[in-house]
Amino acid sequence: MGEIVLSQVKKSFGGVSIIKGIDLTIPDGEFVVFVGPSGCGKSTLLRLIAGLEDTTSGTISIGGHDATHLPPARRGLAMVFQSYALYPHMTVRKNIAFPLRMAGVPAEEQTRKVEAAAKVLNLTAYLDRRPSQLSGGQRQRVAIGRAIVREPDAFLFDEPLSNLDAALRVSMRQEISELHQSLRTTMIYVTHDQVEAMTMADRIVVLNAGQIEQVGSPLELYRTPANLFVAGFIGSPKMNFVEGTEAKKHGAHTIGIRPEHIDIGADGPWKGKVGLCEHLGSDTFLKVDVEGIGQINVRAGGEVRLRFGDPVGLAPQQDKLHRFDSAGKAI
Amino acid sequence: MAREATKGRKAVLTVVAWGIGLLIFFPILWTVITSFKTEAEAIASPPAFVDFHWTLENYTTVNQRSDYLLHFWNSVVISIGSTLAGLVIAVPAAWSMAFVPGRRTKDLLMWMLSTKMLPAVGVLVPIYLLARDTGLLDSRIGLVIVLTMVNLPIIVWMLYTYFKEIPGEILEAARMDGATLSSEILYVLTPMAVPGIASTLLLNVILAWNESFWTLNLTAANAAPLTAFIASYSSPEGLFYAKLSAASTMAIAPIMILGWFSQKQLVRGLTFGAVK
Repeated sequence: MGEIVLSQVKKSFGGVSIIKGIDLTIPDGEFVVFVGPSGCGKSTLLRLIAGLEDTTSGTISIGGHDATHLPPARRGLAMVFQSYALYPHMTVRKNIAFPLRMAGVPAEEQTRKVEAAAKVLNLTAYLDRRPSQLSGGQRQRVAIGRAIVREPDAFLFDEPLSNLDAALRVSMRQEISELHQSLRTTMIYVTHDQVEAMTMADRIVVLNAGQIEQVGSPLELYRTPANLFVAGFIGSPKMNFVEGTEAKKHGAHTIGIRPEHIDIGADGPWKGKVGLCEHLGSDTFLKVDVEGIGQINVRAGGEVRLRFGDPVGLAPQQDKLHRFDSAGKAI
Repeated sequence: MAREATKGRKAVLTVVAWGIGLLIFFPILWTVITSFKTEAEAIASPPAFVDFHWTLENYTTVNQRSDYLLHFWNSVVISIGSTLAGLVIAVPAAWSMAFVPGRRTKDLLMWMLSTKMLPAVGVLVPIYLLARDTGLLDSRIGLVIVLTMVNLPIIVWMLYTYFKEIPGEILEAARMDGATLSSEILYVLTPMAVPGIASTLLLNVILAWNESFWTLNLTAANAAPLTAFIASYSSPEGLFYAKLSAASTMAIAPIMILGWFSQKQLVRGLTFGAVK
């Protein structure tokens, strides 16, 4: 069983508080993504769960047992690191077999499990190579293979795709999602990339400055962000925020509207001129300088024929407006 | 701007490099040449380079008068023994300094190095008395212990720098994979540091082989290594340059051959981490 429960977990390094009291329950089999800007404590939180760092206070329970003070190896978890962390002096076969060897698994069983994992990950042809003879994507698959053979209660991923190029990142992302579909094991995945978070997660935990800002499914976070931070962090391009009189009209300190929820035409209430215009084929990203409001990002269809300096009117979709109070909380 | 490597420049550089090389190598070459002269030719002025009566007489005499093999064997046991003992202590020490440094780690490293700055003669009397009282005087074991202590700071420092180059995530991965501390060091860290460990080992064997202060002061007949063997030809009956040269040649030959075959490893080891 891979249920993970954190209660009041805190961590400080030399008096500086990095994790400020986290309460979180991750049910068995769920794919949870920790997302947040760099320095928000997401990797530290993962390392606390892994046991690579000791908590300053609070408890961590894994599969119903208190694991707060257990060494990493006895927590029943497997971790995939950003740098892959393969053993460079061992072949792929030995890398994948290493956890089994440490656990004293008999040699035949090691071979059987390594070959099964290699088959799942398309690594069979590379079993006798060294990590230095593999591409980035293959190395990451070896790291995943090493995690799979342990049959852990949960997998921990620490920004596993950030060293890969864009195309490979997309395909590895899908491979990891498919792996989760087939194994149905708890997975905790750390990333700063909100696209990865949105596409992979059952639930996203948004972290900022050592605290949880919001927990929810990708669409919940997208539709009903709890505060300005989450609203600005989830979604690409970023949500537009407007303060002042325009916000007061809606009874809020700040209003937010996503670029894709703004209709563009000649007669919208927000008059402005087109600034930067990026044609992506499928979409067009526009920066519009609106009088009295400032720059507004708009996502329009791919066929929009607008150019720098064209006058436009923007009409935010009223049912998609987000309202926030002066403390930044959603109203 | 890249410098132009003209033929002339290359030739000059080659000549200068060979010149410096020969200058450094000259004393050794002179020792080897002298070892084939008679005692009279050895002190003749002007000295002869090639034009003398080549003879193996000195080697025969030296072998008759002393037990070369015994001294050779003592050198082997002492240098390899002290190196292995040093490694057994230094690997865990360097591991902890590189991967779990404390507030005082840097100071500790500096302090270890500072012991190398202390003149050895300053502790000669206490160590001599300790060796005498524990019955370790003129024993290989005694010298192995002393040389281990003497060279330990260098071994720890070298290993520390190699270990610092190894990414900590790999050791963390081993920990996640269920490796205990000893298997982490044995199966992951040590194999990854093999080039560094090998050059540390080589350098230390050479240092221990050449060490003469402690080997001369703490040995007599039984445990005397080759350094003491050379020294025995230097004074009592006046200087016999030809025999002394023959003894010296026999003493340095093994370590020179070792150095020759391992020079790539040594250079790689000593510059490891200097260039990324």
